[in-house]
Amino acid sequence: MQGTDREQYKKRQFLSAQIDLSRFNPSSFEKATDEEKKQQDVMGESTTFFRDGMRRLRKNPLAMGSIIVLAAIILIIIIAPHIVPYSYSEIISIDGKRDKSAANLAPFEYSKMEQQYMDRTGEKLFPHIFGTDSLSRDYFIRVIYGTRVSLSVGVVAAIMVLIIGLLYGSIAGYFGGKVDLVMMRIVDVIYSLPDMLIIILLSVVLDQTLEPLITGTVFARLGVNMISMFVVFSLLYWVGMARLIRGQILTIKNNEYVLAAKCIGTKDRQILKKHIFPNILSVVIITTALQVPSAIFTESYLSFLGLGVSAPLTSLGSLANDARSGLQSYPHRLVIPALVICLIVLALNLLGDGLRDAFDSKLN
Amino acid sequence: MANEAKTTSEYLLEVEHLKQYFPVRQGFHTVMLKAVDDVSFAIRPGETLGLVGESGCGKTTVGRSLLRLYQPTAGRITFDGKVLLDTGEQYDENGRPVLDASGKPVKGPAIEPDMFPFRRQMQMVFQDPYSSLNPRMTVEDIIGEPLDVHKLYSSKAERRDKILELMELVGLNAEHAMRYAHEFSGGQRQRIGIARALAVNPKFIVCDEAVSALDVSIQAQVVNMFEELQDKLGVAYLFIAHDLLVVHHISDRIAVMYLGKVVEIADADELNGSPIHPYTLSLLSAVPIPDPETARHSKRIVLEGDVPSPLNMPSGCPFRTRCRYATEQCAAEMPPLSDRGDGHMVACWNK
Amino acid sequence: MSENNTLLQVENLHTSFFTDNGEVRAVNGLTFRLDAGKTLGIVGESGSGKSVTAYSIMQILAETGRIVEGSVKFKGEDLTKWNAKQMQAFRGSKCSIIFQDPMTSLNPVFTIGYQLEEAILLHTDKTKKEAKERAIEMLTLVGVNEPEARVKQYPHELSGGMRQRVMIAMALACEPDILIADEPTTALDVTIQAQILELMQELQKKMGMAIIMVTHDLGVIASMCDEILVMYGGRVCERGTADAIFYHPAHEYTKGLLRSIPRADNMNERLVPIGGTPINLLQMPEGCAFCPRCDAAMKICLTQKPDEYRVGDDHLASCWMNVKELYDSQEENGNGE
Repeated sequence: MQGTDREQYKKRQFLSAQIDLSRFNPSSFEKATDEEKKQQDVMGESTTFFRDGMRRLRKNPLAMGSIIVLAAIILIIIIAPHIVPYSYSEIISIDGKRDKSAANLAPFEYSKMEQQYMDRTGEKLFPHIFGTDSLSRDYFIRVIYGTRVSLSVGVVAAIMVLIIGLLYGSIAGYFGGKVDLVMMRIVDVIYSLPDMLIIILLSVVLDQTLEPLITGTVFARLGVNMISMFVVFSLLYWVGMARLIRGQILTIKNNEYVLAAKCIGTKDRQILKKHIFPNILSVVIITTALQVPSAIFTESYLSFLGLGVSAPLTSLGSLANDARSGLQSYPHRLVIPALVICLIVLALNLLGDGLRDAFDSKLN
Repeated sequence: MANEAKTTSEYLLEVEHLKQYFPVRQGFHTVMLKAVDDVSFAIRPGETLGLVGESGCGKTTVGRSLLRLYQPTAGRITFDGKVLLDTGEQYDENGRPVLDASGKPVKGPAIEPDMFPFRRQMQMVFQDPYSSLNPRMTVEDIIGEPLDVHKLYSSKAERRDKILELMELVGLNAEHAMRYAHEFSGGQRQRIGIARALAVNPKFIVCDEAVSALDVSIQAQVVNMFEELQDKLGVAYLFIAHDLLVVHHISDRIAVMYLGKVVEIADADELNGSPIHPYTLSLLSAVPIPDPETARHSKRIVLEGDVPSPLNMPSGCPFRTRCRYATEQCAAEMPPLSDRGDGHMVACWNK
Repeated sequence: MSENNTLLQVENLHTSFFTDNGEVRAVNGLTFRLDAGKTLGIVGESGSGKSVTAYSIMQILAETGRIVEGSVKFKGEDLTKWNAKQMQAFRGSKCSIIFQDPMTSLNPVFTIGYQLEEAILLHTDKTKKEAKERAIEMLTLVGVNEPEARVKQYPHELSGGMRQRVMIAMALACEPDILIADEPTTALDVTIQAQILELMQELQKKMGMAIIMVTHDLGVIASMCDEILVMYGGRVCERGTADAIFYHPAHEYTKGLLRSIPRADNMNERLVPIGGTPINLLQMPEGCAFCPRCDAAMKICLTQKPDEYRVGDDHLASCWMNVKELYDSQEENGNGE
């Protein structure tokens, strides 16, 4: 082609005017080998979704701080009862005699009898770190036990909510159609009930009906109130979880990989197990983590109303409730459990947010 | 059984009068969205049929319905001599439904066999290389899934060998078997999707916009791979796409769809060289040609207006609202596909 | 051409995104000039930095993105030194952008008319009534039928093509000097795409604005542009007129690209794809960005970035291959003498 030749000639003219060829040597124009080319083209380091998320989580100072706070709290509530020589229900006594002067002590204060005892024997008694309550019980150990109860209520309630919500939500979401319609209307009905009223009614009714059922079993040790609290939580709060999981499944279901699995001939149960659950897992874990503080809050609230765990067992909420009577003289008894609740709830919320930022693929 | 009886046919797949309606709720009413309305075509073994049309014309639905990923409203689909769906409607030679004395359509027995055995022979490659692979699975597990489902191996080692073989077939580095899909680029993901479809050794693959989401330079890699696999394995494709140049390149025959109906089917070169249907004409003229000289001289037939809503379809021929040649007959009745020589089928009253 | 004609001068532009995984270098030393009333096409695949270039000019980069180096001069004034308020005034009144997806760029809760009027009121000192008239005038101009009725409609009531027309009307309402079109027709069907491209050319004739057309589609760019930039890995491989690029490509990437698209003359042959995988912007090659995928790659390509040389009247390319050709021909001539 003439045009091409002319173009080629022109190109050479232009180029030779611009380039000083002496600065190149022929070896530069040798063909590069495939090896050399490949070195330039590296595939990034292999990461899994989990590792990637953990790395993002580690970079989040708030979430990491929350993990440390929570770990410290858990460590303390596990270890402290082994070190502190008092029990949460024990009324302080010296030499087998009830120490009447030990009521309402300030933090790190000893009662008259204790002081006398220590002077007499030279032995040092374990200090009352947070003082004592009006029934002469060590307040520190009561706070520790209160935290134990509150945390376990929170965690167990969240897990029960998760199990029920997961089952219900995934059936409704995956099968859709009429099944979904009916199941979700039931959810709507439960949603429309005023939850506080139901909780209060249920815990009153359950107290009475559960009592004969659990006597003699392991559950008896937990106390009727505690059990009924679990039941109440799981009966009421699963609806939110079920809705969320249904929504998640509806979104995931529309992904082409689910269609691809159907096209392959994969059975429904396998599709749920291999394709849908792994992909909603992160959202589910995050929501469960955020469910714990809300359960702790409700438990505290109920205990504050006097519907919580039964005496002498205590929770952070009932500690705060008990502290109301002496609020003016002993404000620390209200402040301490309140602070612990705040700390736990705040840490769990921050951790949940951190987990969401790190693992929720929608935000990435 | 009637279902098992093999009828000899030159075609691998025959789709007759396929209809796929979806109920759409509008306030308190339920309206039928006719995504696919009376579509018929056939594909020979080892052949590629291109299916083109604009978004919303129902081409993706055709692909999914014939694999029975949706429950088709009506139609008869035969694959390799076996019926995989027959809703029982009867049609006369003009394609009109046979009616009985009271004006109701005559219905034969409906046949709906289990799709599981068919899934080994008919597969699909999806459009979106991102959402078509499960992000929580490794490449090995993705490609291995069809092997697991259809129990196509006797030992763990055999499974792995098969997977590596498939990866090699589609040009993936076997070292990457344990990696997750999100670590790959779009083109590589599409290769993974193709390997998954090939795992069961199918005779027929629906390629639903399989190269549309890829960059031009990568698109050519994948198009070539489809062609090479066809030469090697003899698979037939239904190649659904909106890019006419790519479809022309890969297809033996092309079907053009408009609003749920096939308006023209012909040999690929024939369709591009001498299109007949006015819609095909304007579609072809609108394709931006990557050649400045041709582009300067080509005359676009710019269509007036927009595609009507499929919920509110015009009567008769759906294209008549934008067609220059539309007559009263077009509004009255949908023209049937008629042969204009050499299997060039056109559905138009006036051309 | 005189200097006064230059609207936009981009010099040595570097734009990076700072992500968790490191610095993503989207644009690496881009230089180009746009004259008034001309159409510049930027073509490249995903990750080539073509859209980031457009966003850098408008300074509408995502939060993690930043112009690291270089200047963007509009009529001689450096935009990178302007403050947010000045940029706000620049966007819309001097330079507008239309995006790929018209649905996400229109607010679904306001009517078309309201959104158009808002855009007009923001950038001009027209009264409400004048703005309303201008909105209808603009809709008529972009070929929307029954504009008086359309202004009362919401975006979801319009089809994709209509929405893109409305977006163009909005972008042009204040008669900007530059219209940036970022993949304006990618989300549209071919027949609608043809309508929109035709409309843009028509409007350019009427209003005389310069257009920057960003696209991956070589077909779209072939017929529309005065000058084309081919980008790869955030750099310009080649620039020139459509004829120069399509008929005398002087960069291995452009050549490969043209070989890999189906055209009328290669329908019955296999396509010649470009091998390899798209560039990883986190780990840019030391030399030519394209060399890991280039069949003709030489030793020099691995280590040195090619300089840009003029290879024709309106045609520049950055490829060592051109230097090699010259070197070889010189050798031949030398031996012949």
